[in-house]
Amino acid sequence: MTETALVMEGIDKRFPGVHALKGVDLRVGRGQVMGIVGENGAGKSTLIKVLAGAYRSDDGRIVVDGEPLEAGSPADSLAAGIAVIYQELSLVPEMSVAENLFLGDMPSRGPLLDRREARTRARRLLARVGLDNLSTGAPVRSLRLGVRQLLEVAKALHRDARILVMDEPTSALQSSEIQVLFDVVRDLRQEGISVIYISHHLEEVFEICDAATVMRDGAVVGSRPINEWTTESLVQAMVNKRLDSLFPSRERELGEVALEVKNLSLEPRVRDVSFSVRRGEILGLAGVVGAGRTETLKTIAGVTPATGGEILVKGQGRKIRTVSEGLDSGIVYVPEDRGTEGIIHSASINENMILSVLDRISRAGFVDGGRYRSFGQRLRERFGVRASSLKQEAGLLSGGNQQKVVLARAMATEPSVVLLDEPTRGIDVGAKSEIYEHVLEIAAGGGAVVMVSSEFPELLGMADRIVVLRGGRVVGEISSAEADQEKILEYATSGTEENGAETDGEEG
Amino acid sequence: MAEKRAAGAEPGKEQAQQGGSGRRGIGGILARSLTGTGPILAAWILLCVVLALVAPNFLEFDNFTQIVVQSAVIGIAAVGMTFVIITAGIDLSVGSIVALTGMLAAISMQGGVPGFVGILVALGAGLLIGAFNGFSTTYFGITPFIVTLAVLSMGRGLTLAVSSGQTVFGFPASFTFVGQAEILGVSLLVWLTLAVFAIGYFVLSRTVFGHQVYAIGGNREAARLAGIPVRRVSFLVYAISGLCAGLSAVVLTSRLNSALPSAAEGLELQVIAAVVIGGTSLFGGRGSMGGTLVGVLLIGTLNNGLTLLNVPPFWVQFVQGVVIFLAVLVDALNRRRESRAG
Repeated sequence: MTETALVMEGIDKRFPGVHALKGVDLRVGRGQVMGIVGENGAGKSTLIKVLAGAYRSDDGRIVVDGEPLEAGSPADSLAAGIAVIYQELSLVPEMSVAENLFLGDMPSRGPLLDRREARTRARRLLARVGLDNLSTGAPVRSLRLGVRQLLEVAKALHRDARILVMDEPTSALQSSEIQVLFDVVRDLRQEGISVIYISHHLEEVFEICDAATVMRDGAVVGSRPINEWTTESLVQAMVNKRLDSLFPSRERELGEVALEVKNLSLEPRVRDVSFSVRRGEILGLAGVVGAGRTETLKTIAGVTPATGGEILVKGQGRKIRTVSEGLDSGIVYVPEDRGTEGIIHSASINENMILSVLDRISRAGFVDGGRYRSFGQRLRERFGVRASSLKQEAGLLSGGNQQKVVLARAMATEPSVVLLDEPTRGIDVGAKSEIYEHVLEIAAGGGAVVMVSSEFPELLGMADRIVVLRGGRVVGEISSAEADQEKILEYATSGTEENGAETDGEEG
Repeated sequence: MAEKRAAGAEPGKEQAQQGGSGRRGIGGILARSLTGTGPILAAWILLCVVLALVAPNFLEFDNFTQIVVQSAVIGIAAVGMTFVIITAGIDLSVGSIVALTGMLAAISMQGGVPGFVGILVALGAGLLIGAFNGFSTTYFGITPFIVTLAVLSMGRGLTLAVSSGQTVFGFPASFTFVGQAEILGVSLLVWLTLAVFAIGYFVLSRTVFGHQVYAIGGNREAARLAGIPVRRVSFLVYAISGLCAGLSAVVLTSRLNSALPSAAEGLELQVIAAVVIGGTSLFGGRGSMGGTLVGVLLIGTLNNGLTLLNVPPFWVQFVQGVVIFLAVLVDALNRRRESRAG
């Protein structure tokens, strides 16, 4: 590594309520493969979006090959030779390989498309990513995910990308496909193309990267050549112990088993998942993105009916195929994404909170106005929703207050099992500690809580026990006494030999 | 911060809501049902004032009941349409449902059935077609726009087929009384229209079903995760819309004492316009029956006033278009201000 290809300096980005990037510096050499690691929410994706021009940073500058980049739009970044391959691929499934490669600039002669020229050029591009045998006319929909990933790379090469960003490129790939991808990355490095490689899988980072940068809480906490890192030191750097004091301790008594799932499956995302939770217990579900955590919770709650396995509530087998059957069984799910799955923006706070208990505040189908308001008032006080009025539109609340509203809606159903999916994502520290208080109160009141969180300190601070998922399967269970972040990460990212073999067999 | 700004953004609305919920009785209900319709209500009153000044006879009581009578067909269909649009759906088939169900009622009465059976035929057929719309969108997942567009065409075609393109007329008095009877000196159609609006208002704002309608339009996935039977509710709103269109057909057919194959052509657009002018968002989640009533009255008053002023009919259509545009513009500007505040 001799020349510097990319410099990002003092990149700062704020969203309402969140300081997403705090003066981030990043330097990538020509022909260097730079790994970026960090917990979910550390700021990796935001940083990449700034680089791609999808977000405009509030402060800082970007220099590409010595030229300052006025990153304001995706087109500017593309023109500067920066190509980003997101987890959700941007190919058009109904179009052919060649059409996808030249999307927006098909070779043409006058007003007519030049199909022969397109084929020739497509062949050349495909050869560079090891897809010599791929038919340029094949519809993308017929290709395996690994091939599509390589196609994205070829597309970037067509745009003369000199800096290629790959966001979790292997999350849906089989191990043989991963090796092909790595070979291509090595070739690109030879050609002098720089690669920014974002991954949760530390073993991949060690295999393919020349250097690794660790992000935490929106800042870079370390950037070194790969041979100066060890798995332990990387994990140590990723982990954040600052939040420990946030978790209040509270005496809780564990009662009988409230929820038990046996061999629960939602093919192909959840496979043979078994665990149980007691009254008063908080069970943490850990795993990387795509490990099947959200899917597991949604299956238990009846959002997506299970394809196999059993759900027992207080020892009794339950058929749960819809949300209302879940609610009838005393199971409530609090979704991960407030904006799209939780809050009804146009409705009032009151309306949002009583949505799941309309039948309880009505008689013969008519909503009792008095009970409607008193229910809302009680819930608002219990969960400390800060707003000028219960009639205020919920969409105008801050993230923390929206989360309280969604939690209030769930708790209004008086559930015995509460499934929380990333309950504090994207809210500020103050609101977080309030949410923690509520969760502990739910458990102290005899509720059984299953909590998915990508923030390890949160899991460690809250959970009595942690079940780790990988590739839709349970790969480990750790009690709070022996749990630490290194151990969870180890299970979540590398698993054991036989587990690795199992996930390899997965079809994408 | 965001909360304060938001509350400050629409102080009038906030006060209106609080004032409304405090009062009881007819006045309180009226106040509540008109909540949030401020700008359009003001526009209607302004229009009335202007017409009172320039148009002779406008302020007469008979003229006002005439406006409602002339608005009855659009108004009753608009009640059903309000439900549909609040769920973020659309029903393009109401015009052809009116034509088909009116024609079916007319033909069956020609065949000798009594008037009340003719009414039931129209209502039943409307309900069935609405149910077909609802079933196709919710269980087959076809976009409402496409389903109801197809049904629009099917309905119009069937109407022409069953009538052989002929107008059918001459009905028993037990049917025509709907369009001609008076109660307390006021046309039955006025009472009927107001009753349908009152029922629509109560169902929408006071029942579990009504709350579910708003929730689905506001955020379908969130409503599903909250345990709301999204499919059943979506199905029902189209059935309701079909039923309302059937009632509109009874009104139209009895008033004209004839059923035309080309009846109510383009009615769906006027109905949608009335609902949108009344402040119901095409994106779903927002809207009110009171707003729709004012929207219907505004269109009716406009037509009436322009007629009183002897404005040529093609200008009437132009002015209607301008009003729709202004109403949607106000909605869009409000929306933009809100999203900036949030």
